[in-house]
Amino acid sequence: MISEIGHFALALAVMVALLQAALPLIGAAKGNRALMELAVPTALAQALLVLIAFLALMYAFVTSDFSVEAVAHYSHTTKPLLYKISGVWGNHEGSMLLWALILALFGGSVAFFGKNLPLVLKARALGVQGLLGVSFLLFILFTSNPFQRLFPAWPNGNDLNPLLQDPGLAFHPPLLYGGYVGFSVAFSFAIAALIGGKVDAAWARWVRPWTLAAWVMLTLGIALGSYWAYYELGWGGWWFWDPVENASLMPWLVGTALLHSSIVVEKRNALRAWTILLAILTFSLSLLGTFLVRSGVLTSVHAFAVDPARGIFILAILILVIGGSLALFAWRAPSLKGGGLFAPVSREGALLINNVLLTAAAGMVLVGTLYPLVLESLNAGKISVGAPYFNMTFGVPMIPLLLLVPFGPILAWKRGDALGAVQRLYVAAGLAVLVLLVTLALTFDGPWLAALGIGLASWLMVGAIWEWAERVRLFRVPLAQSWRRIRGLSASAYGATFGHFGVGLTVLGIVGMTAWRTEIITVLELGESRELAGFTVTLKSVEDLAGYNYDGESGIFEVSKGRMTQNLQSEHRIYRVTGQPTTEVGLRTTPLGDLYVVLGDPQENSERPAWVARMYYNPLVSWIWLGALVMAFGGGLSLFDRRFRVGAPQKARAKTVPEAQGVSA
Amino acid sequence: MTRKQRRTTFVVSGVTVLAVATLLILSAMRDSIVYFHSPTEVAAASFKIEDTIRIGGLVATDSVQRGGGETIFFSVTDMEATIPVEFTGILPDLFREGQGVVVEGTLDGSGTFIAKSVLAKHDENYMPPEVADALKKSGAWEEYQDGTMDTSDGPTARSKSDGES
Repeated sequence: MISEIGHFALALAVMVALLQAALPLIGAAKGNRALMELAVPTALAQALLVLIAFLALMYAFVTSDFSVEAVAHYSHTTKPLLYKISGVWGNHEGSMLLWALILALFGGSVAFFGKNLPLVLKARALGVQGLLGVSFLLFILFTSNPFQRLFPAWPNGNDLNPLLQDPGLAFHPPLLYGGYVGFSVAFSFAIAALIGGKVDAAWARWVRPWTLAAWVMLTLGIALGSYWAYYELGWGGWWFWDPVENASLMPWLVGTALLHSSIVVEKRNALRAWTILLAILTFSLSLLGTFLVRSGVLTSVHAFAVDPARGIFILAILILVIGGSLALFAWRAPSLKGGGLFAPVSREGALLINNVLLTAAAGMVLVGTLYPLVLESLNAGKISVGAPYFNMTFGVPMIPLLLLVPFGPILAWKRGDALGAVQRLYVAAGLAVLVLLVTLALTFDGPWLAALGIGLASWLMVGAIWEWAERVRLFRVPLAQSWRRIRGLSASAYGATFGHFGVGLTVLGIVGMTAWRTEIITVLELGESRELAGFTVTLKSVEDLAGYNYDGESGIFEVSKGRMTQNLQSEHRIYRVTGQPTTEVGLRTTPLGDLYVVLGDPQENSERPAWVARMYYNPLVSWIWLGALVMAFGGGLSLFDRRFRVGAPQKARAKTVPEAQGVSA
Repeated sequence: MTRKQRRTTFVVSGVTVLAVATLLILSAMRDSIVYFHSPTEVAAASFKIEDTIRIGGLVATDSVQRGGGETIFFSVTDMEATIPVEFTGILPDLFREGQGVVVEGTLDGSGTFIAKSVLAKHDENYMPPEVADALKKSGAWEEYQDGTMDTSDGPTARSKSDGES
């Protein structure tokens, strides 16, 4: 019964979304106030209906209603409650419903908090949001109905893929989708602005909190996914340039460019057409990501069982949205001409370089990701593009970008002083070079590129702090005066400092992991030891294991170095319901590096019991994800900037963002 | 800077970036493209030893030999041809005899494939598209779908055992 209510709510939501799409857009075209005002109630109603549908599905999962196909296929009575709930989006149907829910909630939030938006802009943006809602709700109803009943009901379910029964992955999809779908708001506002032909500082200020919220969630989602792959898949790596990973990286790169270019629109009223284009591209790449993941057209380590008919439906949505919005852009963008002028060396110029390099990097990733598809459709053979391609084409635009990051915030708007910027940063540069030389001296036998990388990471971090110190004139004016400046600095200035500092931390982790990682694969008898990166690792015992819904064996490894001794446990789990095996990694995390041990297969023909074991020492690896956390923190901080609050139009807006985040978490 | 000059700068820098990007893509692609082949194609054609390729097929039944230390031996088959594979490391959790697998590596002189990586899948029901294609080409796809396939050299038939309800 509850499921039927959910199904019915979903069907109603399509109708409401249709109204939300049609009436306000017509109203805006005809100048009919009453029609435009319908945007708000319809958007709220759509959000409420999709929420009811989602809760109904969650209810079916939590109560283990195996007469619902999705529940029967992906759940089981013995599953822990957390995974019963995360099972809702651990399958195709439910995850698409989550997609639609987040879309509707973002639309609803715009309606709810946008009381002071100009009516025409709001009507158009919510109308576009409604169009997106219609497409995805129809997609769910026609190809992926999560409320499909089974008759007769199964006595019990098939259980969720054990790899997904993990706290990290329980929250990864909502965060990632929050990011993907959150960019739909920037997209809808961009389309609304294109129709209206007006993009100005106020527009940029209205859109910014939504873009920031989406970016923060996408950053966290990608980091969480990467960390999950690191500790759950047992390969010891953190990024594989897999199509599905690339699918999430591309909107992040272009979204980061969008965050920076919209500052230029807001402060200087320049780069307007470009910013609109970026908003369109960011959401288009999010849709492309959804398509790549959901259609299974690319071989990916992350691919799950898929149905080609669904792929074609999403492809149709993709073509309509991207084609339609780009056509509209081509038609209307010329009317956005002009804007503030600026010299090449200026804050605007720096942000433009940032944009060009970020989009170039995203373009390179796009080419590498789609190239196999293009070749295959031309019958030119099946290929895959390997990591060396991505490392090279991604690295080349990234290095100048990272080198230039500390200059950006120091340059003045309109006309900057390159020499002055260099003079103001020479201490930071000196410190970075010092770190580089020390690293070189400490690792004289190691790769010299690594020392350069560490130097680059310190340049980013010191540069971020230095820029902050410059702003508060630390040690140049009396401390009390600096303190006043510290307190007076805007939240978005702190956001930028944290964001750029976080990039430095992530680079630090990447360099450490790339340059100094050590690995051994070996056969260990009980009691045998191996040396790895100064640690002694001993296989102490292998014991039987009985977990909540799995059995297996657990290898106890003793790790010692000097006086430190610690036991690490790597498990082989066999999940009772599916019989699917998984491997749990034994991990010792320290700021300097991770010791990572994996128990492999037992040796079949040896005299004494022995196991294959794989061990890694991953230097500095946790900074990769901590850096992403710091970046996301910076983004979150920017959300609390005064300018989103001060004055009537922004009053309600500042509150929206924690709301939007709370919804998806 | 006038509007016209700015536009020129913009266009020139855009074209430069595009040109650099294209060059970069072309040169990086050359070394990173890995072609996919079915076991039949690998058996028929000759490959240079330094060519990295991918082979997709099913893991032949009774072909997996562990116990020789860290190195594992198994064969990949599309029911037409069978290629012996050598892999040093830990196999993915879902590696099973009779199931689809994609291996990436190089052929040695004797026709053994030295795998650098064995592609894991996350889901029992998932079949890598390359493997499905290889089986379709060799005509073994229908059999695999029916669950009547015999991937061993011996007489015992083996059904698709996992994940199907």
